[in-house]
Amino acid sequence: MSGIPHDHYEPKTGGEKWLHSRLPIVGLLYDTIMIPTPKNLNWMWIWGIVLTFCLALQIITGIILVMHYTPHVDLAFASVEHIMRNVNGGHMIRYLHMNGASLFFLAVYLHIFRGLYYGSYKAPREVTWIIGMLIYLMMMGTAFMGYVLPWGQMSFWGATVITGLFGAIPFIGEPIQTWLLGGPAVDNATLNRFFSLHYLLPFVIAALVAVHIWAFHTTGNNNPTGVEVRRGSKAEAEKDTVPFWPYFVIKDLFALALIMVIFFAVVGFMPNYLGHPDNYIEANPLVTPAHIVPEWYFLPFYAILRAFTSDVWVVMFASWITGGIIDAKFFGVLAMFGAIIVMALAPWLDTSSVRSGRYRPMFKWWFALLVVDFMVLMWAGAMPAEPPYSTISLIGSTYWFAYFLVILPLLGVIEKPQAQPETIEDDFASHYPKSGTPAE
Amino acid sequence: MSHAEDHEGTRRDFLYYATAGAGAVTAGAAVWPLVDQMNPSADVQALSSIRVDVASISEGTQITVKWLGKPVFIRRRTPAEIEEARSVALDDLPDPIARNNNIDGEVPATDENRALDESGEWLVQMGVCTHLGCVPLNDAGDYVGPEGVGGWFCPCHGSHYDSSGRIRKGPAPENLPVPVAEFVDESTIKLG
Repeated sequence: MSGIPHDHYEPKTGGEKWLHSRLPIVGLLYDTIMIPTPKNLNWMWIWGIVLTFCLALQIITGIILVMHYTPHVDLAFASVEHIMRNVNGGHMIRYLHMNGASLFFLAVYLHIFRGLYYGSYKAPREVTWIIGMLIYLMMMGTAFMGYVLPWGQMSFWGATVITGLFGAIPFIGEPIQTWLLGGPAVDNATLNRFFSLHYLLPFVIAALVAVHIWAFHTTGNNNPTGVEVRRGSKAEAEKDTVPFWPYFVIKDLFALALIMVIFFAVVGFMPNYLGHPDNYIEANPLVTPAHIVPEWYFLPFYAILRAFTSDVWVVMFASWITGGIIDAKFFGVLAMFGAIIVMALAPWLDTSSVRSGRYRPMFKWWFALLVVDFMVLMWAGAMPAEPPYSTISLIGSTYWFAYFLVILPLLGVIEKPQAQPETIEDDFASHYPKSGTPAE
Repeated sequence: MSHAEDHEGTRRDFLYYATAGAGAVTAGAAVWPLVDQMNPSADVQALSSIRVDVASISEGTQITVKWLGKPVFIRRRTPAEIEEARSVALDDLPDPIARNNNIDGEVPATDENRALDESGEWLVQMGVCTHLGCVPLNDAGDYVGPEGVGGWFCPCHGSHYDSSGRIRKGPAPENLPVPVAEFVDESTIKLG
């Protein structure tokens, strides 16, 4: 494997040699954990560990919850209440799982925006980026199906609204929707298959995480300067890097500990803060909650979904040019998925030769605006679908697409980037002028 | 390959295509049951038609039954409700189409085209708001009749329906759809 030159595992004892010649697994783990890592990584590089922790937390608490949960329309809601009231410590396990999903998405959004700012998606890390986007899509699917399982009112009506999106596909929409639901409406068949897939997908995510790590271990980590690690020799590489173990493991675990303090404060003292009270009412197909809202982490894309109503000129134009095949509802669905697709295409839309936003004076402002835009969309998604929120959603959605499709390609041409440091070592030395090297 | 100079079809080419073709057919045949199992099962399909006993419904009231997982309003209207529904000019309707699945094609949204029987006493319609799928409340909204009955109102985003279930005000684009329904005897309605 190419990559940054570093020491490899050498089996020493007879037993190690015996195993190594048959299965070099210790060597694989050693090389993974000792990977040379740019020594100037800042605190935005901790989210990977937090995300790995979240995945483990969700899988472990999830497996425990399944021991007490019953996926049937008559029993699901009661079995969740059984977990909350009767199972020893069950309320804690469930609250960890519920809020674990929120921490997972908080961390993934910070991780994604870290990548967008420091140009982590750019060559040669496009594959890492694409795998990451696939993981993000799977996370959304998993979270959506998991939210249906308690069979509360928001579970049921959320499932109805979101599966209704597939019904918006021209011609084949309705058969697809029926096929997904296993019937004409959300019912027992839907609950059962969502349960099955909610259990499966986290393991698919775990496999993709391994590929994600494999990909960026091949290219090496990006870093806040965007300047590549020197690879001419091991001695040269060691001036720019330190091994992942113990330096970054300790740093990341310290960050994780701080985040855990906040996380457990939320789990312990305000476990339902991010949820909806309506989900503590059992699902009833004959009564709708007054205001159907998805979980907070879906709100920006929910806002994009609802922004394109039939009175928006692009929707009218799309409808006219396709002879009415693309209506407002389908356009909204396309826009929602399109918002993620344009983000996945960032490696090819960004024309700038400079990787890190740190040295891009104009990019910085447009990026900051994108972060604000994301927050505004999140807020607008929680509001009713009426003026002025619909207009705000439309402006927010327009900027989201403009950032990826217009601003990123143009900035690379018109922007005059600032000077980048020659090496990571230089950047590190300018930050820590006295010590220069990390403590031995 | 041994047939590098032979551009005619060879025995080996034939075997390639035959094997690939047979493989594709086998794979498709194996995958189809795995896909098809997700379609509605026999018991779900069996519920696509139900019979509802309507003998206990008195004038000016309605019952809500679940059919195909969705609510259906079955209402026995008072003469005042019928009269009001039939006195509306078609020009006042945002959606001029009857949306009645018992009638082929698009017919005007007159009350006669929506009620189940000729007298208009029985009105059967889906209880699903055509805006975003909420369940409207009965005897509520701006189109409640003089006796305090009739009309529907969707609390989610404020759509008002008149005593014939037609959209009159608010964001909903269409009238409440009328499902396939008929009287099979004096007191039983068959849905579907």
